[in-house]
Amino acid sequence: MRRLIKQREIVVDAWRYIDEDPVGRERALILPFARWKEERERWWLWDGKLGVKLGPTDPVAELQHDFLRVSLVAIEFGGLAEGRGYSQAQLLRTRYKFTGELRAVGKIQRDQLFYMARCGFDAFELPEGADLEAALKAFNDFTVAYQGAVDQGLALRRRAS
Amino acid sequence: MYQYDTIDQTLVEQRVAQFRDQTRRYLAGELSEDDFRSLRLRNGLYIQRFAPMLRISIPYGLLASRQLRMLARIAREYDKGYGHFTTRQNLQFNWPKLETVPDILELLATVQMHAIQTSGNCIRNVTSDHFAGIAPDEIEDPRPWCEYIRQWATLHPEFSYLPRKFKIAVTGSPQDRAASRVHDIGLHLVRNEQGEVGFEVIVGGGLGRAPMIGHVIREFLPKEELLAYLEAILRVYNLEGRRDNIHKARIKILVKAVGPQKFREMVEAEYEAARDTAPRFDAAEFERIKSFFAPPPYEKLEDEDVTAGRPNEFRTWYQRNTRRHKVSGYRAVVVSLKSPTRPPGDITHAEMDAVADLADRYSFGLIRSTHDQNLVLADVKQRDLYEVWEALRALDLATPNIGTLTDMICCPGLDFCALANATSIPIAKQINERFDDLDYLYDLGHIELKMSGCMNGCGHHSIGHIGILGVDKGGEEWYQITLGGSGSGRDASLGQVIGPSVPHAQVAEVIERILNVYVAEREDGEEFIDTVRRIGIAPFKARVYAPSHQAA
Repeated sequence: MRRLIKQREIVVDAWRYIDEDPVGRERALILPFARWKEERERWWLWDGKLGVKLGPTDPVAELQHDFLRVSLVAIEFGGLAEGRGYSQAQLLRTRYKFTGELRAVGKIQRDQLFYMARCGFDAFELPEGADLEAALKAFNDFTVAYQGAVDQGLALRRRAS
Repeated sequence: MYQYDTIDQTLVEQRVAQFRDQTRRYLAGELSEDDFRSLRLRNGLYIQRFAPMLRISIPYGLLASRQLRMLARIAREYDKGYGHFTTRQNLQFNWPKLETVPDILELLATVQMHAIQTSGNCIRNVTSDHFAGIAPDEIEDPRPWCEYIRQWATLHPEFSYLPRKFKIAVTGSPQDRAASRVHDIGLHLVRNEQGEVGFEVIVGGGLGRAPMIGHVIREFLPKEELLAYLEAILRVYNLEGRRDNIHKARIKILVKAVGPQKFREMVEAEYEAARDTAPRFDAAEFERIKSFFAPPPYEKLEDEDVTAGRPNEFRTWYQRNTRRHKVSGYRAVVVSLKSPTRPPGDITHAEMDAVADLADRYSFGLIRSTHDQNLVLADVKQRDLYEVWEALRALDLATPNIGTLTDMICCPGLDFCALANATSIPIAKQINERFDDLDYLYDLGHIELKMSGCMNGCGHHSIGHIGILGVDKGGEEWYQITLGGSGSGRDASLGQVIGPSVPHAQVAEVIERILNVYVAEREDGEEFIDTVRRIGIAPFKARVYAPSHQAA
């Protein structure tokens, strides 16, 4: 069973990527963006929850009319050097008003979680073997912030909640 | 200058704690070399040839005396007793131990300093005009805007993992002393036809490999729109900038690839689309910041002739190393870190302490670092200048060479830097030894010589009137010479290579040949850069590469 951080708690993942073997009877599937794009109509009436996984170059704008159906967006990070996902998350939350689960996945590490949370990520699927207990502490790295962000609105200089 | 409140102070202290933990994890083997590299770099820590190098942030070059004293203490206790001022107005220590860096950062935090974002692929220290707030020709003091940008950029959640480093310069004076046209973003405070002040926004300049002059993408941006517009530029860059090749990852490459016009359209479209969600101007917060930059309590004084009856040496220094001030009775003093015997930009701990004392005594306790690696005491009473000169002269900080050939910019080069191909400090020494006649330097007038030990261009060689770039040729140090670069004003330009690179031992000789051409060709009162622009590089090239018996 895969564990991840969601809403600042360690939970068992209720979702399965479509290319993974079924573990139980998950009725929640995550499709790669390309496949979602191609099979959108076929999945629309499927009896379960749907998520879409974006790569760094996938255009988030194309998802904007799908949120009645898509309740999870996973954004893939290829490593510390990959920063496009922060903007993708920001756009999903602010411009396209996505309110479902926004998950960071891939080569992510605790040092990024504070930034990611401020951009609107609320779920973090760290690589297998990562110390999730230790990672939880990263949300409290800073209790103040200069900029407005998804987590606290537009004003400057705020104490983080 | 800006003073931290509890929010600022908490942030730097928590950053120290975070970095201390990252260092601990690295030393305990919990963080890989690669991951720690990315984390330490965004806190200014490099691993150099002999030791780590720690780069301390000096926001827009402004330092309080107690901060300079802390830098002196760190130099004394954690380094080999000196530091090096950089072209981003920062200070580098070349010999700290990795394990002690968290302690250094903790000391810095006690005087409201840090190393946040002095390196790494994030928004770097915002630089500005070192005469900001005192320049007679200034439209508006850029420093409150620099601080406003600094805060916005610090630990920005969306823009902390950019394709590449990102440099912003702000200038409030038409005479651009911040080289803003060779920055990722250059911001010029300008006045429009209605008399309102706003920003001219320049994007896509940069030095290093493939140096480029930036393009104006907004002629006039209302000041209140600044952060919204910066976010639009950064978002376009973050999403569209190349990440597959480190040498093609700067915003200048993106601007060039799509074309400035198309890039402008992309930014304007993003700016429009983000209208409801972009940061709004916080007038109260800006006023709070601005209040820290109110003019110091100047005395009501008249301008006076303070050179009469003084030694010639003092007059010379007054002419060369002091500048006009917008308040009568005051002048700005440039503290030269370019004496012939020191690596350009280097300063010892004792000198730092002494300059801090002078600042307390004569200049409201403030010091500025310049992008050309000198210091400035900005608010000295004219009647105090003689005493200040005597003190600086005793410290070897009064070499009257500001604006001349030997006021050169120079990176640490192969003596310290892991990236360098060739040394630069010994070349500076060679040039200082050859051109030790001040009268000759004065006759040559204003010349900007800039030197980098590799094409990353920390020494800004591409915008030197004379540029020197170290290259490696089969393990030997050679130097490529460029002419005609300029970083200032509206006519910023990139230097042109005059021909094949020259060996280490010949650099000063080559410079001398170039200067001989200038002296022979110049028209009355014509500065070096103007002669180069008028006659082109061909005559220089002909002389430099002539067989030596013809060159004399």
